[in-house]
Amino acid sequence: MGKEKLKKYIPYTFIFPALLLLLVFSLIPILVALVISFTGLDITGLGNWSTVKFTGLTNYIQLFNDPTFLQSIGNTIFYVVLGVPLVVFLSLTVAVMINLSQNKFFKTMRLLFYTPSITNTVAVAVVWSYIYNPSLGLLNEILGKIGIAPIGWLTDPNVAKISLIILAVWKAIGLNMLIFLAALQGIPRSLYEAAELDGANFWQQTLHITIPSMRFSIFFVTVTTIIGWFQFFDEPFVMTKGGPLNSTNSMALFVYQNGFQNSNFGYAAAGSFVMFAVIIIATLIQFKLQRKQRGEE
Amino acid sequence: MDTGKQEASRQTKIIVGLILAVWALVTIAPFLWMILSSFKSNAEISQMSQSILPHHWTLQNYKDLFISGNFGVYLKNTLIITGFSFIGLLLNAMAGYGFAKFKFKGRGVLFIAVLATMMIPGQVTMIPVYLILNQAHLTNTLTGIILPSLVGAFSIFLFRQFMSNISDSIIEAARLDGASEWYIFWHIILPISKPVLAVQGILTFIGGWNSFLWPLIIANDQKYYTLSVGLQLLQGQHTSDYGLQMAGSSFMVIPIVIIFLIFQKYILQGFNIQAEK
Repeated sequence: MGKEKLKKYIPYTFIFPALLLLLVFSLIPILVALVISFTGLDITGLGNWSTVKFTGLTNYIQLFNDPTFLQSIGNTIFYVVLGVPLVVFLSLTVAVMINLSQNKFFKTMRLLFYTPSITNTVAVAVVWSYIYNPSLGLLNEILGKIGIAPIGWLTDPNVAKISLIILAVWKAIGLNMLIFLAALQGIPRSLYEAAELDGANFWQQTLHITIPSMRFSIFFVTVTTIIGWFQFFDEPFVMTKGGPLNSTNSMALFVYQNGFQNSNFGYAAAGSFVMFAVIIIATLIQFKLQRKQRGEE
Repeated sequence: MDTGKQEASRQTKIIVGLILAVWALVTIAPFLWMILSSFKSNAEISQMSQSILPHHWTLQNYKDLFISGNFGVYLKNTLIITGFSFIGLLLNAMAGYGFAKFKFKGRGVLFIAVLATMMIPGQVTMIPVYLILNQAHLTNTLTGIILPSLVGAFSIFLFRQFMSNISDSIIEAARLDGASEWYIFWHIILPISKPVLAVQGILTFIGGWNSFLWPLIIANDQKYYTLSVGLQLLQGQHTSDYGLQMAGSSFMVIPIVIIFLIFQKYILQGFNIQAEK
């Protein structure tokens, strides 16, 4: 009898350690963040909790009057609008091209394209900062050889955002290409054979068989990429610190700067919730569009 | 007629192959430039016009990383953190097994709670986790760096997916033979799960080796810095010493590329598993 009772607890011993860690470091923090976003918690509050005051919606109201925050929202939307289509289109293009053949050359290509995805963002950002250097960098040197004046890749407020997008797209192609390749290999051969009998060429087959069969993986990549770009952080943090003139600041970087550089924990937590809300809304819109598309078929 | 068609497809293949080759060269060019520059002297790198290959190959930059750059300490910390992340991997595997092969009260709700954590952006939990660790006096310790990212919902999910496909009869047979639940997990389930363990193991290694945000937030003291944080510090301190910066970057990138090349078969298979389920 006692042994039977003990047996009931065994499943919980397997899941308990992981669940406890997720509870402490993911689920409880959400509630804590929500609570402190309504307070003026800062570095003094950290030492003496009794000085922390409940401030209601003050943080949220202040956020939407903060030009830096509004600019970081604008920048983040710019990143998403430009970056997401580029990542989806380019990784799909590479995947379709690599899928053309199974020989050694094409397999090697797959490896080369994947490499940027596994490497450390900091290391990569350091390397690209050097490449982007206005006077010593590789890029301006090449441009100079063909007679183009040097570009301030990271110092010109109009160009810096695009420079960061180029780097992030370069880094994101590999992983998404693999997801697309896995989906491509799941398309039944018979579809292509039938199309070939009808005389469809490679491009027609791609347009009428490949792309429609990949609808789900395109949706998956789009959603995860959108979520990722809304949290754009590492590249601006390492390369530009949000500058010049705040032109590359993102919402995620704004949260970090206010939380850990200015120690305005309450204000930063409110910012992070605005960001969370934006991500949820964007994801819901995606799901709606996907459902609508399915309904039209 | 038939041969004509094949000819066309071969032509397409050659054109596509050429485009891919050029594109791939552009893709890996930053890495090649990084490695070559890391062997150049600082004098050579500060010249306005540089040749692709170093004039005088030097290892000085790599020596400086360890002599003045403290990279020995960073390497040690990174390896410790990476080592501990494998304990996290084991916890994920245990949880995945628990959800896959046991029926218990609250299983559905708990699993949904696990999946829900995947949707929470890191920036939302960043501040409260810091406050929690601060209350527990774990800021500026290795424990504080390791704990927050020890387990991950996505990994638990993948283990559960794989382990659900293990036949129940194997487990039942072992139970009838009197094996304990833990014996079954260690000696039957884990060996069968080798493919998913391999994928997760490599991803865990890459994640640990690249860990940046938590060490950056939690470590105030350089003696707890990881390689990424140290490299970022190096960039700030030696702004124009690109030779040193490229050596630091190479030191972080090359080991990962080597490990990836060795285990690529497993990683690429891993994505097939993920995409199909």
